[in-house]
Amino acid sequence: MSFKNLHIGKLFLLLSLVMLVTGLVFGLLAGLSYVLPGQLKELPGFVSLRPLHVSSVQFWILLGASGCVFCGLELLNPGKLNRTLGRLQLLLWVITISGILRSYFLKDFGGREYWEFNPLWALPLALAWLLFLINFFISAGSLKNWPVYLWMWMTGIVFFLFTFTENYLWLFPCFREHFVKDMTIQWKANGSLVGAWNQIIYGTSFFLMSRISNSDAPSRSRLSFGMYFLGLFNLMFNWGHHIYTLPTASYVRYLGYGVSMTEWLIFLRIIYTWRQSVTDIQKHYSYFPYRFLMAADLWVFLNLGQALLMSVPAINVYTHGTHVTVAHAMATTIGINSMILLGACCDFLGATCELVSFPLKRVNRLFHISQLSLLIFWLSLNIAGVKKAIWQMSPHQIPFSRMMEGLQPWFVVFILAGTVLMISLGSIAILLIRHYLLCTLKKSSGNASNINQSHNNHEYPD
Amino acid sequence: MILIISDNFVLLIPRSTFVAAIVIRPLHIFSVLCFAFLSYSISIYTFLPAEHSSAGISRTAEGRLVWQKYNCQSCHQLYGLGGYLGPDLTNIYSAKGRGEIFIKAMLRSGVRQMPAFDLAPEEVADLLEFLKAADASGTADPRHFKIRLSGMIEQK
Repeated sequence: MSFKNLHIGKLFLLLSLVMLVTGLVFGLLAGLSYVLPGQLKELPGFVSLRPLHVSSVQFWILLGASGCVFCGLELLNPGKLNRTLGRLQLLLWVITISGILRSYFLKDFGGREYWEFNPLWALPLALAWLLFLINFFISAGSLKNWPVYLWMWMTGIVFFLFTFTENYLWLFPCFREHFVKDMTIQWKANGSLVGAWNQIIYGTSFFLMSRISNSDAPSRSRLSFGMYFLGLFNLMFNWGHHIYTLPTASYVRYLGYGVSMTEWLIFLRIIYTWRQSVTDIQKHYSYFPYRFLMAADLWVFLNLGQALLMSVPAINVYTHGTHVTVAHAMATTIGINSMILLGACCDFLGATCELVSFPLKRVNRLFHISQLSLLIFWLSLNIAGVKKAIWQMSPHQIPFSRMMEGLQPWFVVFILAGTVLMISLGSIAILLIRHYLLCTLKKSSGNASNINQSHNNHEYPD
Repeated sequence: MILIISDNFVLLIPRSTFVAAIVIRPLHIFSVLCFAFLSYSISIYTFLPAEHSSAGISRTAEGRLVWQKYNCQSCHQLYGLGGYLGPDLTNIYSAKGRGEIFIKAMLRSGVRQMPAFDLAPEEVADLLEFLKAADASGTADPRHFKIRLSGMIEQK
């Protein structure tokens, strides 16, 4: 089997699954710092393990999103993607990721939160993304009559490039000389950046549902476009909810507050259409990749509800700076983004290839274990966060270290649940990679030529 | 009233104000939002109030780079933003029982999960200037906020 014959989208998805496993392992090692103080302090230490975990997970999301877009575009407009640009983009990613992970081990930092690597590595990353943007427009063509998922993909790609660049304005001394203004811009960029990659992932969710239901109608409806523009509006203007406690200009904070509250429309819509959701579940449950989308819907409900509460400044003043924020960030990354990407990986990587039997029962068991462990993981972090919030507001605070000792039982639960989560999600990723590689190996050795089109005649480009 | 229906949107216009058919496409809405976003971004970069200039302002900028070089944000927060393994350091400079000597001692010795750091004297001075600027900007202590009727919070 030669990797060069594989479709570029599949290569991105395979690499993204590797980054998922990497991120899970580093996440567990970093988490151990909470329950084993002093262990691994120098080698490599939490100061390296945290960015190793965060960056690996970010690369899982960004590479997975890129792979989904490439696979989707190939299905929509076969043969239009530029292979050279795609492979150059992949090469840049491989070089960049290797350099960044190595630099973390060597404690060569210099960047800001979530992008702690030496800023020089931002250049190949930005170039890779620019190639992605060019390739997207080559394949997608004119904006006329685009379904909503193409709009979302385009929006995510464009805004990621913009906000990633904005994230490096601090390189100019005039931006970092004024502390409050500097932090305002930092969290403006960070907030919108997350919104940008969410656009790509939610677009993938729409695309998958179009495939599963064999109808593009939901992706062209006024409601879908309404939801898209509401999401875009929030991407652009709601980031102020990260900095309510920062003494920045009032209009920034009030605008973030007001815009964040518009997402109640999405939350209420989910409640209003719950009957339809149940019907959809009954209809599509048998198609395995759909289960990940179903899980993502549940986590959207839980996390959106939590986020809406946290976006009210009067509540945020209690939760800000506590593990409630960590719980929200992790549950959205794992429960929403990762579930959608895993569903897409199951679909695009041909989980129904007949040449090699897909370990459906095992993956199904791992899927359910991952949901339960994620729930415990999320709850334990929330409880630890509430306890820290009580400490923060206490008129007579005990020392910080004693407060953290008091949270130890919840950190132990968090680590145990995290371990199970790591094993279950990591196993799913490894099984997907293994299944796809075995299937491709068998096909290329000419053992059989049939591909099982198990659901509504979907085609799986090689 | 005149009703205009397109593939994407429906418009109801009073007959008296009707001038020409208006069809709003996603591209129009996208463009308007992008223009608003760019305008807002430029206003943030250029018109956001900045603190007064001081002798230490370039040291504040350099101190920020020291903070990033040693990845202090992985464990510590500023205004509640950062890692949660260690405490918030926004007001460490003026906190009772803390201050410059305490900060220097912690950097040199480390404690529990915090390793010992070997900073050059200029780096220590820059970092202290940065933490001083952070402290001067306001308080991150949530006990010092009041809640308004609108739900917004303000520093007391």
